[in-house]
Parts: sequence; structure tokens; C-alpha cells
Amino acid sequence: MVDQAGALADRVWKRYDRRERLIRYAVMLVTLMVVVWAVRDIDIFWPWVWDAPNQISSLGARMWPPDPSRLEEIVNAMIETVHIATLSTMLTIFIALPVAYIAAQNTTPNRACLWLGRFILVSSRSVNTIIWALLFVAIFGPGVLAGILAIMCRSVGFIGKLMGEAIEEIDRRPVEAMQATGASKLQVIAYAVVPQVMPAFFAIVILRWDINIRESTVLGLVGAGGIGVILQGSIDTFAWTTVATILIAIVVLVLIGEAITSLLRRKVI
Amino acid sequence: MTRSETSAPATPRTWRKPPFIANPLLRYGLLAVLVIYLVWAFGSLPFNWARISEGLPRAARIFGGGFPPSFERFDLLLTGFKESLQIAVLATLLGVLLSIPFAVMAARNVAPLPVYFLGRAVIILSRSFHPVIVAILFVAAVGFGPLAGILTLTLYSIGFVGKLLAEEIEEIDWGQVEAMKATGAGYFAILVYAVFPQILPRQVGLSMYQLDSNLRASAVVGIVGAGGIGGTLMNAFGRYDYAFAFAILLVIIAVILISEGVSGWVRKKIW
Amino acid sequence: MLEISHLTKRYGHDEPVLKGLDLRVEDNSVVAIVGASGAGKSTMLRCINRLVEPTSGSIILNGMELVALRGGALRRARRKIGMVFQGFNLIDRLTVMENVLAGRLGYVSLYQAISRRFPQTDIERAFTLMERVGIAQYANKRADELSGGERQRVGVVRALMQEPELLLADEPTASLDPRTSEQIMMLLQSLASELSLPVLINIHNVAQAKTYTERIVGLRHGKMIFDGAPDDFNEEALDAIYGGIEAPDDATTESPTASREVGHDAI
Repeated sequence: MVDQAGALADRVWKRYDRRERLIRYAVMLVTLMVVVWAVRDIDIFWPWVWDAPNQISSLGARMWPPDPSRLEEIVNAMIETVHIATLSTMLTIFIALPVAYIAAQNTTPNRACLWLGRFILVSSRSVNTIIWALLFVAIFGPGVLAGILAIMCRSVGFIGKLMGEAIEEIDRRPVEAMQATGASKLQVIAYAVVPQVMPAFFAIVILRWDINIRESTVLGLVGAGGIGVILQGSIDTFAWTTVATILIAIVVLVLIGEAITSLLRRKVI
Repeated sequence: MTRSETSAPATPRTWRKPPFIANPLLRYGLLAVLVIYLVWAFGSLPFNWARISEGLPRAARIFGGGFPPSFERFDLLLTGFKESLQIAVLATLLGVLLSIPFAVMAARNVAPLPVYFLGRAVIILSRSFHPVIVAILFVAAVGFGPLAGILTLTLYSIGFVGKLLAEEIEEIDWGQVEAMKATGAGYFAILVYAVFPQILPRQVGLSMYQLDSNLRASAVVGIVGAGGIGGTLMNAFGRYDYAFAFAILLVIIAVILISEGVSGWVRKKIW
Repeated sequence: MLEISHLTKRYGHDEPVLKGLDLRVEDNSVVAIVGASGAGKSTMLRCINRLVEPTSGSIILNGMELVALRGGALRRARRKIGMVFQGFNLIDRLTVMENVLAGRLGYVSLYQAISRRFPQTDIERAFTLMERVGIAQYANKRADELSGGERQRVGVVRALMQEPELLLADEPTASLDPRTSEQIMMLLQSLASELSLPVLINIHNVAQAKTYTERIVGLRHGKMIFDGAPDDFNEEALDAIYGGIEAPDDATTESPTASREVGHDAI
């Protein structure tokens, strides 16, 4: 009787074993410490935090109703935004493909090219579009050109990296077959590599175009053209109802972009 | 008789590659649309060639001034990064926690229709806006500083994690939910016992990904005044202190590479 | 005529895959190369068209030394050597016709290749050969829409488009069902005699080798241990080539007889 009760007491059900539990607690403890440090150390004036919901809703109230009086100007700026995204995506292709080619292990001509390619991809990807824009605005002055260059510089890394991976993943056997026919290096690429990476290429470019539409809406905040210029101007002049119109326009644009990309994906791939 | 007629090559047999788009009208139509678009787009953009030609010497001056990068104001750089890291950590924590209810709301199979639309709308809205736009609005609402950055990146995380998590919930094994229903469990009990265990591994991976992603974004929201290293960078550019600006850029690149590596390593460990 | 002498291939510092191989193939004969997997069959074939770089030795095709060739000269030599692969190695996303015309890549310019403007004679030849093997009706189908046997026919036609002086076939039937593989072997045999073309076929299936070829070469551990007519290829030769292959300590056994005993023990 007593024994039975003891046996029952021993049968404690546990979700995790000891080691797992220890790791779990350690991870939680570290996370907790980081969070506590972040909360205590961060330079925030806490009364503002409790006031934030009020401030946000009051800003929202000031935005209502959206003011359509500058709609034509806004639509033109939106078209410019789309142009920036589209042109820079198209131009990027011409740079990204050679970079992908030299940055893929199975097609790179030599090790120096491989590292050059990887360096270009990493530096392009690590710098955000808007920082690129900052740089190009400093060089070429405010305007669309800086925006296009900024988006190109960021997209090269994106398209180049994914295309490089696609090239590295191709089936080697057709390449071997083409070499066996006596084809030159470029002919091997045209027949055995290009057809294999085509679907990936379309998918990647379409994806990047979709991303670039969003990215090009903020270029104007640092003066690099597009809808952001008007947005910044309206915020600076506290024209909150115009800001609301612009925000709605951006949502509409992004939704249209998503519809187009999903259509393209279905049709092309 | 007919056989020999068809097989005899009376005329030299030709072969052309079948075109990518079979319908010639559509094919040339699309080509024309593309050409017209390019002409229109290039034509409508105001390129100022004089200013562009001025730009090249200016580029040389900027890069010349930027090298070697100066780490003289290292403590300023450190403060900026510390703030960026704090923003990223807090925003990830808040975003990942808040993304769970929104993901449940935006999953068609567990949420009632009106709630579903609300959840989807929140996610679509927060995904439509680039974090920098959101940041500029929060700066306007709650003032300059890291609070605006945290709010921005929290919203950004809700959009991204929430969307993927909602898709994950929509794909769960429904059998487990039915089993829980059969035991007579209530709605929240079902969520906790049959839904969350199935999405938890994904959620942990996504959180790591989002931390990396937020760290990147926290470097740029500062450009519009939402705290972090971005503000320091913007100031350096504004004061034409290119040596310091390039130093910041180099450190940003290094930090992003490290964070990408760590996040990738952790995600590999978990899966 | 193909003359291979002292052909050796080693990868890195491992045991050589081919150990001083000698082989002479007269014009217009079909030779089967049999051997267990890892015996060096595939390496030998790939050394001939230099898809694999031989470590030493000499390969002379119709009076030309192949081992010393580089760059353009190598490509001109390769276009005279057709190859048929185990996995067909077709370019799945291109049409059958494009795959077939790819056999002419060694002869046309890059512009012709990319714009698919091949000379009329090539197109004629492609249609003739495709009719010969019965795939002409698929000319504009994508290669991945075809069945295995049809795909291998495309592979054969692609090799023949090169107007080869030598045809190499690396396990051409290993990915096919028995009936289709018989058909492909029959096709290779009759094409060889129609075009009076020497053909080297790597093959696993000894029965097919005996039925469709005139000469059988047996490889084991990179050495030739049988060379003779199909009729001479008896149980003993079979055991010498395949016996004891499954035994783990097999790599160290030198003489075929020793490994044969191991083989019997294993069974």
C-alpha cells in the first residue's frame, strides 16, 4: 500500500529531459537578461510611452478625412515611383547576371573572380537601399537618378546571390553532354546552363520587382525621387490629410504590384 | 502510296525554334508594349545631364574624403549601435509575441470570417508600408528617439511573422484539432494544445530570422529620426564627415554579416 | 581505329582507377566493356573524349593523339566522338529538335547556336536521323515530355549528329526497362553497321553484351582481364569479372581466382 503510493509519487511526468531543460532555461535566462538590459538602458522617456496611444490616435484623427486635392500630383509621383522600380530592376539584370556567373562555383573562371563576385554581392546586400540612396544623393544631387542607382546597387546583390545559387544547383549532366559534343564554353552555357536557370531567373526578377516597388516609395525621403518626396514635403508642412491620401495611394500601388506579380508568376513560370 | 508521299522530302524541310509565346499577335504586342513603356519611362524621367556630369568629380571627392574611414568618434558609433541593438531586440520580442494573435486572426481555418478580414487587413497594411515610412509617421506621433523605432519595427515584425505564421496555421494537420475537439476542449484549449505545438518550431526559426531582419532595419529607421545608428550615419553625411560615415558603413556591414551568420546558425541548429 | 595504350587514371592520391590499360578497336566493330561498378569502365570512356583527364598513357584515334590536345583542338577532336549517356543527359527544358541540333555545337558559331539558325544540311540530317529512330514526330516537344526509351533515342541521335568517327555509350540502357533497353541495344548495333562506326558500349548486362556486340572486354579494378568474342565469354570469365565484388576486403585481393573463392563463400 505504502509502496504503491511511493511508486505513484515517483511517476512524475516531465515534458523535457534534464539536458534539454537546462539549455531551455539558459536560453530563456539569457533572453530575459538581454531584454531587461535593453529596457533599462534604452534612452526612452517613459511617460511618452504611456502617452503614445493618445499621440498616435490624435495623429490618426488629424489625418482624417484624406484630402484628394493633390491627387494628380500624387498619381504622377506614383508613376515615377513605378518607373524607378521597373527601370532599375531591368538595368540590374545586366549587372547581376555576370556577377552571378562569376560568383557561382561551377561557372567562375578562376578563384580571383569568385571572390570578386562574392565581395560585390555581400557589399551590395549589406547596405540598405536607403543608405545607398543617401550616398547617391550626395554624389548626383537629389533626383530620380540617385534613386535608380540606389535600387540597382541593392538589387544586384539580391538577384546576383539567388541567381548564383540557381547556377550552382543546376544538373551537371547536360553540361557534360554538351562538352562531349565539342561545344565551346559559351555554347555550353547557352545550351546547358541558361535553359536550366530560366525559371529561377523569372521568379527572382519578379520577386525583386515587387520588393523594389515598396523600396522606391521611401527613396524620396532622402531626396531620391518618387512618391517619398511629396510625402516628406507634406509631413514637413503638417499637411496630414494629404499624407493620408499618399498612404492610401501607396497601399493601392503595393496591392496592384502584388496582383501583377502573382499574375506573372502564374503565366510565365 | 500516301505514306511515301508524306515521308518524301519534296521541299527542303525547315525548322524554326517554336516561339516562346505561340500567338504572334500577343508576342509582337507584348514586345511593342515593352518598347513603348521603356521609351515613355526613360522620356518622362527628369535626368539632368549637367548635374550628372558634375557628380563624378564629387563622387571622387566623397570617396577620397571617406578613405581612410575614421574611427575617432568611436564612442558615438558604439552608442548608436547599442541603441540599434536594443531597438531590434525589444521590437522582435514585442513583434513576435503580438504576431501570434494576429496570425490566429488571419488564419482562415481557425478564425471566424469577420475576424479573419480584420487580421488580414492589419497584416496587409503593415506589409504595404516600408518601415521607413512607418517610422516617419511614428516620429511625427511620438517624437524623435528609439520609441518610434521600436513601434515601427514591432509593426514590421507583426506583418512579416504574422503572415508566414498564418500560412503555417492554415496548413496544420487538422486531425489533431479534431482529436482535441472530440475531447470536448474549448476554443483556446484547442489553440494551445493542437495548433500552437504545430507552429512553434516555425515560430522560433522565424523569430531568429526577424531579429536579424530587424537589426538591418534598425540601421535605417534612424535616418528619419527613429533612433539607432541610422541617425548617427545621417548626421555624419549631413556634416560632410565622410570619413566617419564610411566607418559607420563598414561597421554596419560587419554587424549585418555577423548577425546573418549567427541567425543562420541558430536556425540550422533548431531545425 | 582507336588505340589506347598504358592508360592510367588516378584521382588525387587514391588507388588508380585505371592501371595501364591497353585496347585496340578496329573500325566498324561493336565492343562491349563489362565490369562491376567501380571497375573503371566509365572513367575509361570519359578519358577517351577527355571529360576525365587521363593521368598518363596515350589514346590515338585515327592517327591523332587525344591526350595532348587543348582548347580548340580538343573541342574539334571531341566533335568527332559521339557520346550516349546513362541518364540521357538531355536538356529537359529545350525541345527535342534543339537537343538533337546541340550535337552540331562543335561545328556552328556561337551566334548560330544562340539564335538556333543551324545550316539547312544539319536540319535535314536531324530529320533523317530522327525518322530513322522514330522520334521525328516529337521534334517540337519538350525533351522532358518523352518516355525513357524515346529520350535515349534523342541522346543517340544527338551523338550521331556529330558525324562521329567513334561512338561511346556509357551504360546506355541502365536507366531503361528491359524491353526498351533491348530496343536501344538493337538500334546501336544496327546504326554501327549502317554507318560503319566503331562503338564502345559500357554495359552491366552481360546477356545483352553477348547478344548485341562482337567483342567483349572485361575490366576489374582498372585492369583488363578478359578480351574476346562473346562466345568465349563463359562462366569462368564472368566470375573473374564480377566474383566476390560484394566482399568488403575485396580491394586488396589481387588475383581473380582468389576473389572468385571469396565470391563463392559469400554466396
